[in-house]
Amino acid sequence: MIENFDLTMVNWARAQFAMTAMYHWVFVPLTLGITWIIAFYHTIYVKTGSEEWKNLTKFWMKLFGINFAIGVATGIIMEFEFGTNWSNYSWMVGDIFGAPLAIEGIAAFFLEATFFAVMFFGWNRVSKGFHLFSTWMVAVGSNLSAVWILVANGWMQHPVGQAFNPDTARFEMQNFTDVVFNPVAVSKFTHTTSSAMLFAALFIISISSFYLLKGRHVKMAKRSIIVASVFGLLASGFVGFTGDEAAYENARHQPMKLAAFEGLYQGEKNAGLVAFGMVNSKKQVGDDQDAFHFEIRIPGLLTMLANRKFGTFVPGINDLVYGNAEQGIMGAAEKMEKGKVAITQLDAYKKFKKAGDEAAATAALSIFDENKDYLGYGFLTRPEEAAPPVALSFNAFHIMVVLGTVFPLVFLAYLYFSYKDTLLEQKWLLGTGTIMFFLGMVAQQAGWVVAEVGRQPWAIQDLLPVTVARSNLTAGTVQTTFFMFLVLFTILLVAEISIMLKQISLGPKES
Amino acid sequence: MIAFWIQNASHAQLQELWWLLCSVIGALFLFLTFVQGGQTLLWQVAETETEKDLIINSLGRKWEMTFTTLVLFGGALFAAFPKFYATSFGGAYWVWILILFTFIIQAVSYEYRKKPRNILGARIYETFLLVNGVVGILLIGAAVGTFFTGSNFILSSYNLVTWTSSLRGLEAAFSLFNLSVGLFLVFNARALGAMYLLNNIDFSENGGLEERLRAATYKNFLYSLPFLGWFVVQVIPMDGYGIGENGEIIRVTFKYFLNLIQVPGLFFALVIGLVLVVTGAMLTAKTEAKCGIWSSGLGTVLLGLAIFGMAGFNNTAFYPSKVDLQSSLTIYTASSSMYTLQVMTWVALLIPVVLAYVVYVWWSMDRKKMSVAEVSGVGGSY
Repeated sequence: MIENFDLTMVNWARAQFAMTAMYHWVFVPLTLGITWIIAFYHTIYVKTGSEEWKNLTKFWMKLFGINFAIGVATGIIMEFEFGTNWSNYSWMVGDIFGAPLAIEGIAAFFLEATFFAVMFFGWNRVSKGFHLFSTWMVAVGSNLSAVWILVANGWMQHPVGQAFNPDTARFEMQNFTDVVFNPVAVSKFTHTTSSAMLFAALFIISISSFYLLKGRHVKMAKRSIIVASVFGLLASGFVGFTGDEAAYENARHQPMKLAAFEGLYQGEKNAGLVAFGMVNSKKQVGDDQDAFHFEIRIPGLLTMLANRKFGTFVPGINDLVYGNAEQGIMGAAEKMEKGKVAITQLDAYKKFKKAGDEAAATAALSIFDENKDYLGYGFLTRPEEAAPPVALSFNAFHIMVVLGTVFPLVFLAYLYFSYKDTLLEQKWLLGTGTIMFFLGMVAQQAGWVVAEVGRQPWAIQDLLPVTVARSNLTAGTVQTTFFMFLVLFTILLVAEISIMLKQISLGPKES
Repeated sequence: MIAFWIQNASHAQLQELWWLLCSVIGALFLFLTFVQGGQTLLWQVAETETEKDLIINSLGRKWEMTFTTLVLFGGALFAAFPKFYATSFGGAYWVWILILFTFIIQAVSYEYRKKPRNILGARIYETFLLVNGVVGILLIGAAVGTFFTGSNFILSSYNLVTWTSSLRGLEAAFSLFNLSVGLFLVFNARALGAMYLLNNIDFSENGGLEERLRAATYKNFLYSLPFLGWFVVQVIPMDGYGIGENGEIIRVTFKYFLNLIQVPGLFFALVIGLVLVVTGAMLTAKTEAKCGIWSSGLGTVLLGLAIFGMAGFNNTAFYPSKVDLQSSLTIYTASSSMYTLQVMTWVALLIPVVLAYVVYVWWSMDRKKMSVAEVSGVGGSY
């Protein structure tokens, strides 16, 4: 299919997608989460008629608007990057992957875009009820868009409801319901949106804490903190629950990712979870170096996370790369052989078909069918390529988990001191609170690093490696656009931060 | 009835339906480029900062509709015609990247232009809007032109695209035909933009702006005519590519003229579209009417439908390859599987619902014209 590929180009294309996605994800979680909080504030205003709640709603809406614009700007490039940099991917899975993107446009983006204008500019143009309805629609629309893009992403991680069509040489959808209710997509959506709500709560905590430290907008800040803390605490619980679900699904469908983010090279029964450790970044799969400089494990916890049953086996990277006959695990080397057979037989099938030799074509197709589940492995050159970067996956996962454990404690502290009405005296907490937004951003980015780096080398798990998913471009071309977008997005990010800081320093209108 | 049709439609019928739906989305996008056209007028018709603010705030209530329609157009093409998506975006790389670039800079400009400490200053954001309105629309037009003039690609037996021009799509902008499509779209968008602003702004305190917008409508309409005329004069005798008896791509003399004759709907869309575009512009330029946008807008939609329809219907290769005829794409070879198109058709039933709430919100928000008081901050402004 693709004999020679330019690895430099592939790596630049990956870097470009990662950069675009990371910039996009600076803005999107705030959009996803804060719309619900704004809708909540807006509802209180409509119910009470209080100008203070109106000002509060407008203030957070203004910050949301600044953030939303750049989220849109970074979003459009992602949709089209599938075509520009990953055109073979677009062809090979467009039959399945394109549908959620189109549905996202029809069912979600228009909802968001249409009611966005009413939410911002409808104060004196439409009725209070319709205005409030519009604010809720923006929240629904933005989160609906997350549904569909995460259905698409979930499918890449666990490609269900599809079959390879040898005549068109692409994967085609067989069952839409399976694609939508893919367990990986469901856990991805619930984990992502709940973490976005948590993140929005941290954003509000940070800005409100800043006001309290400065002794400005005290009443508004206290109100905001109570709503955000309750919201954030509930979201934290849900993030933990859905995170557990995501890990469980990883163990079912992407065991290599689970092994990588735990730095587990040798599989074991009752495997322990690393509570704290420093991973050896120089270790390569297959060498005899230690995986960690040091680590503290909680016995049995990884097994519980992965299988929810004590005494069960969690495969390690070595088991998955080199195989483990005792546990019935096929290694990447064996899968590569089968994958190469699939590729050869697909070629043969197409040639025989073109030549009109139906019998030979049927025979080739039969062998292809026996091996097609390993098609993607046929493009790997070494079994070790089946493992993702371990140190990066491990560090990202553990940063995310540690921060995810700290956040609910912070919300609890804010609620406790708010209840005691001594929040203003807790300078240490308010000081900590001001940086919570940045820690939330680190956790958000780390989460996506786990999800996307952890599934390498696959564009589509087990079926299509990134090296085959690429466009036929030179490395120089992709390099050029990488730097174009890097410069542009950085300028826009700096502008956004500058505008945001100014608006925060101006603060909400006082009644 | 609809369910029965979806369940029993052939693959070819679904492919044709989806080309029609993509054409409708594309044509609606062309209408909504009044936002881009309006952006380019900012420098010419606004004489004071207040007038600029009026224009920006008026267009700013709609920019997301245009943007979202473009995103949906891309998404629908990806879902329904993935081979086109892969071939064109992966092949004509630079033309698409530049188009996207102009839309990225547009997206932040409304929100950031007047915000304190916006780093770049209002003029730069206004320049971003100008670039989006001129370069973005011109290149989109040039890309649409390649539906007729062809592109430089070869597809392998596994449908991997090789682009044979080192300009990676930018060569489209060096064809007079493609350029004429692009320039028509730019000037038409400007005329539409002027008509939209006339319809949307309260001129009780800015009579001069109204006059300038009427003049801009007329001028830009006149400028657009030669390019539209060049397109029509060139496309009618142009050879196109069709599907031969054995499924191979063949050259067909007067293909697009034949499409207009053999699919009368396309002919009527072209003629009625032209009449409506002219009517809207002349009504605006020569009378006190402010409703020209609806006539010219509908006319633009019909023209768009005629252009996309001529390119893809009646067994036409809508994305011809200039270097390997058999690599050319038709709606039958570029499409998704029958199952996916069926699923997508079920989802498309939402489109009337979407259109209904868009129309309702548009009407609700635009009942009151954009006033100086509003752009001064009462009720929220950019």
